[in-house]
Amino acid sequence: MTVSDDVLTETGLAPTGAGRILVLGCGALAREILAITRQFDHIDLHCLPAILHNHPDRIVPEVRAAIAKTDGYERIFLAYADCGTGGQLQALADEMGIDMLPGPHCYAFFEGTQGFLERAGDEFTAFYLTDFLARQFDAFVWKPLGLDRHPELRDSYFGHYEKLVYQAQTNDPNLTAIAEACARRLGLVFEHRITGYGDLETALNQLAHTSGQAPP
Amino acid sequence: MSDEEDDIVLSELDDEELVQQMHDDLYDGLKDEVVEGTNILLGRDWAPYRVLTEALVGGMKIVGEDFRDGILFVPEVLLAANSMKSGMAILKPLLAETGAPTIGKMVIGTVKGDIHDIGQNLVTMMMEGAGFEVLNIGINNPVESYVEALNEFQPDILGMSALLTTTMPYMKVVIDAMVEQGIRDDYIILVGGAPLNEEFGKAIGADGYCRDAAVAVDMAKEFMARKHNQMAAG
Repeated sequence: MTVSDDVLTETGLAPTGAGRILVLGCGALAREILAITRQFDHIDLHCLPAILHNHPDRIVPEVRAAIAKTDGYERIFLAYADCGTGGQLQALADEMGIDMLPGPHCYAFFEGTQGFLERAGDEFTAFYLTDFLARQFDAFVWKPLGLDRHPELRDSYFGHYEKLVYQAQTNDPNLTAIAEACARRLGLVFEHRITGYGDLETALNQLAHTSGQAPP
Repeated sequence: MSDEEDDIVLSELDDEELVQQMHDDLYDGLKDEVVEGTNILLGRDWAPYRVLTEALVGGMKIVGEDFRDGILFVPEVLLAANSMKSGMAILKPLLAETGAPTIGKMVIGTVKGDIHDIGQNLVTMMMEGAGFEVLNIGINNPVESYVEALNEFQPDILGMSALLTTTMPYMKVVIDAMVEQGIRDDYIILVGGAPLNEEFGKAIGADGYCRDAAVAVDMAKEFMARKHNQMAAG
């Protein structure tokens, strides 16, 4: 399946209707989730617009509305971490009796949440990009912060940051070059860290196996 | 707001028009114009405190309201704030000289592990504009920095800020340490930051959660009024 990043950012990804298990997740994870779950016929994917990443206050109501509209699935799994909702997404998941990804955000679970949190105290001057966010840097960072119109604001936002850590899910030299250019634009030191899919892969594999592979 | 700034000569406007124009210029983040307007009003013998409240704070209030209502966004607010800051840089020494009223004192800082200070800088500016004396202790503050600042500055209010879900629990660490040291009730504690909410503020034992800078100012004033009433009654 080919999905445009712009569509994932603004619209998300509709479920196909095939599969007993629905993964309801962030559009910024769509490619990664599809790559992990393509071997499992019983898993369907519905992604909400990735741009909600920039508006955490809208995540819980939109997730709630999306769950209300789902029909015919045996089980729903939320492919979101806390994502800036201050525990409210976990509260919704508890209320609905559904599982979700652990940890504060995708930067943590791509690296492995436990290790990320252990390092957090030494790395709080790092600004993170994932594959998706490197490709969509202008839509998620540059333009929403007004840096396209007012580049002089850069240091107001990033003056206390020291480095940009590119958490690479794939080892793509072109994307690495894009991420490095992002670091230059923000005036930050660049660090390339290949993470793969981290805890996302573990969680989805566990979901697939505990919910049973559909017969071929 | 206005498309005709180039045609307007600020010095030719009467006071009322000039204040209105300064509100527009502040809204549009036009630093030079705000500085010029500030100097013109001072040149017309306006008291520095009047320039601050009517021209700058009045303009920033509109910016704050439109931010709250989703009409303006962070970049525009930052530009407006930078403009106000330029105006305030002229007024601050004059305010000190003329003994402008101080309605309270505040220490404010971002918690340990967090380097985001846009929100707290905005609160600092709005609080100063509202007549508070503010010590902004910057970013990445452990308990010790807060306590040291409280001891040295003796404020009425402690403000704590956090942008990250991972750092906001540290506010409770600070409050718990203050309880342990027996100083919690000596201060009004206000908290703010994007991932916070009212429930979180209550859960950690803060006195108030402020969703934006304007709310912080209103809440601080309200708490100060209560404090004065209690002192009068006591």
